[in-house]
Amino acid sequence: MQNTMIDLSATSLLAKLQSGEVSSEEVTTAFLGRINAVESRVGAFLKVNSESALQAAQAVDEKRRSGTPLGKLAGIPIAVKDILCTEGEATTCGSRMLENYVPPYNATVVEHLLASDAIVIGRTNMDEFAMGSSTENSAYKPTCNPWDLERIPGGSSGGAAACLAAAMTPLSIGTDTGGSIRQPAALCGIVGLKPTYGRVSRFGLVAFASSLDQVGPMATTVEDTALLLETIAGHDQRDSTSAKIDVPQYTASVNSPLENLTIGVVPSHYQDGLDTEIESSVKEAIRVYESLGATIKEIEMPHAQYGIATYYIIAPCEASGNLARYDGAHYGYRTDRQTMLDELAEEANQTDGAGESPLVRMYRKSRSEGFGSEVQRRVMLGTYALSEGYYDAYYLKALKVRRLIRADYDAAFDQVDCILGPVTASPAFRRGEKTNDPLAMYLEDLYTVNANLAGVAGISLPCGLTSENLPIGLHLQAAPFQEEKLLQVANMYQSATDWHTRRPEIQ
Amino acid sequence: MSLSKEDVQRVSLLARLKLSDDELTTMTEQLGQIVSYVDKLSELDTEGVEPMAHALDLTNALVDDEPHESLPQEKALQNAPNSDDECFRVPAVLGE
Repeated sequence: MQNTMIDLSATSLLAKLQSGEVSSEEVTTAFLGRINAVESRVGAFLKVNSESALQAAQAVDEKRRSGTPLGKLAGIPIAVKDILCTEGEATTCGSRMLENYVPPYNATVVEHLLASDAIVIGRTNMDEFAMGSSTENSAYKPTCNPWDLERIPGGSSGGAAACLAAAMTPLSIGTDTGGSIRQPAALCGIVGLKPTYGRVSRFGLVAFASSLDQVGPMATTVEDTALLLETIAGHDQRDSTSAKIDVPQYTASVNSPLENLTIGVVPSHYQDGLDTEIESSVKEAIRVYESLGATIKEIEMPHAQYGIATYYIIAPCEASGNLARYDGAHYGYRTDRQTMLDELAEEANQTDGAGESPLVRMYRKSRSEGFGSEVQRRVMLGTYALSEGYYDAYYLKALKVRRLIRADYDAAFDQVDCILGPVTASPAFRRGEKTNDPLAMYLEDLYTVNANLAGVAGISLPCGLTSENLPIGLHLQAAPFQEEKLLQVANMYQSATDWHTRRPEIQ
Repeated sequence: MSLSKEDVQRVSLLARLKLSDDELTTMTEQLGQIVSYVDKLSELDTEGVEPMAHALDLTNALVDDEPHESLPQEKALQNAPNSDDECFRVPAVLGE
């Protein structure tokens, strides 16, 4: 029974819970058992809530027995990326800086999950402050791709994707600033959706790049993705950038195919650099849509090639401001006082003059000791791009190109319902392969960053396996606040194919 | 545009980071590569294009003017590396 339970979707589990066939305690026990069996090899979690999850499950079972009204996800386990503040629980963001940080409040998304009676089973590993594409930048440990433990799961929501691929949870929450939900979803063979900017509240999400960050659902099926999005989306007075637009009942429409569907394909997606097996899987997906009656239309996105350059100016600029709050004074890591004062005294002897103030030195040492190298690199890059004399050349220029990228999307969505393409240029790479080449790592986001810059919605879903048995992702993008259509289109593909049912055998 | 070690040193003070000599060398090299890559944008003519700072055209997101509970002092201080009952404690700003 337990083995079959962990292979079920959240939607199927909910039906069994509602009919009384299984209890939440049984479901939660089954997933905790799976975590116990494979987590030591995968390393998806920074923390597993064995006890509190079981208690919460028993409480939901009790509520169900007594006829108390229950939330949308009642009794279903879910993993939360360690970037969403949870009251009373350490929220590290994958950083030494926040190793002992215990938030005094809940993120709005966490509140939605608690109100839905979901069972938060653990907190997932990630690249430090969500900066990275491999989860190798976590200050705590790497996460392994369940399809090949020598390989990276993608990032920054690498733990969030790996725990789904390894069947340690049926639902998972990720965040996406330049591809951090969709790229790991593609590399781990699961479904991940980046909502339109403003669809989901960012309140309580540890900020990286505030004009790009979005929280989103990750699952093994499109139907489950719809269910989770429906649970977390909506306007929030505490996030002034969240949109006052009603949330559709995504689960009500997700199984209805769209008629007269027009899908856009971009010829420049298939230029040099795209893995040939990924290219053929994506082209096969195009044929699937054709067979389902969709019209395929070639479109141009002339500014897409400038996405990475634009992103790696805007995101670090915003990050350098957002991460200024980690000063060693209010919360987070602080350098050792005596070592710092000794260092300053020694420097004063050598230079025979007034050096830096102890306060400034405390800031500098706390930050350099608390942040990993990628975070420091991006803070430096952003500070440089915003510094006197460079602002117009970099930041302002990037904001103008961002407008051109958005205009490409607006023009495309006048002609098509969705844009279809690859999520990544290559399948999951081996750990360590790109750690010394930041630029190569940045190019991992080639196909995903533009959705963040333009603020549109995007989803990654499994569409194949390479000859080395590594998952391939299909990228679908839709106009702002068209998640309902995006989910319907994605589900048309899943109803016609079985790639989403493939699971790795964990060696 | 190439970056010198002095540029990177200056930016590290602005960014409130403290880099060792080795880190400074690596950082100079890596930032140089990234900056020359992003210089790709200079080939685009953006004359007359309105900068886009944000994906949503929202203005004046107002909230209801209703009093609500704010974070109590005790909770605001609970994560401080060093504090007394009511203040964050930091090293002396103007000397000991």
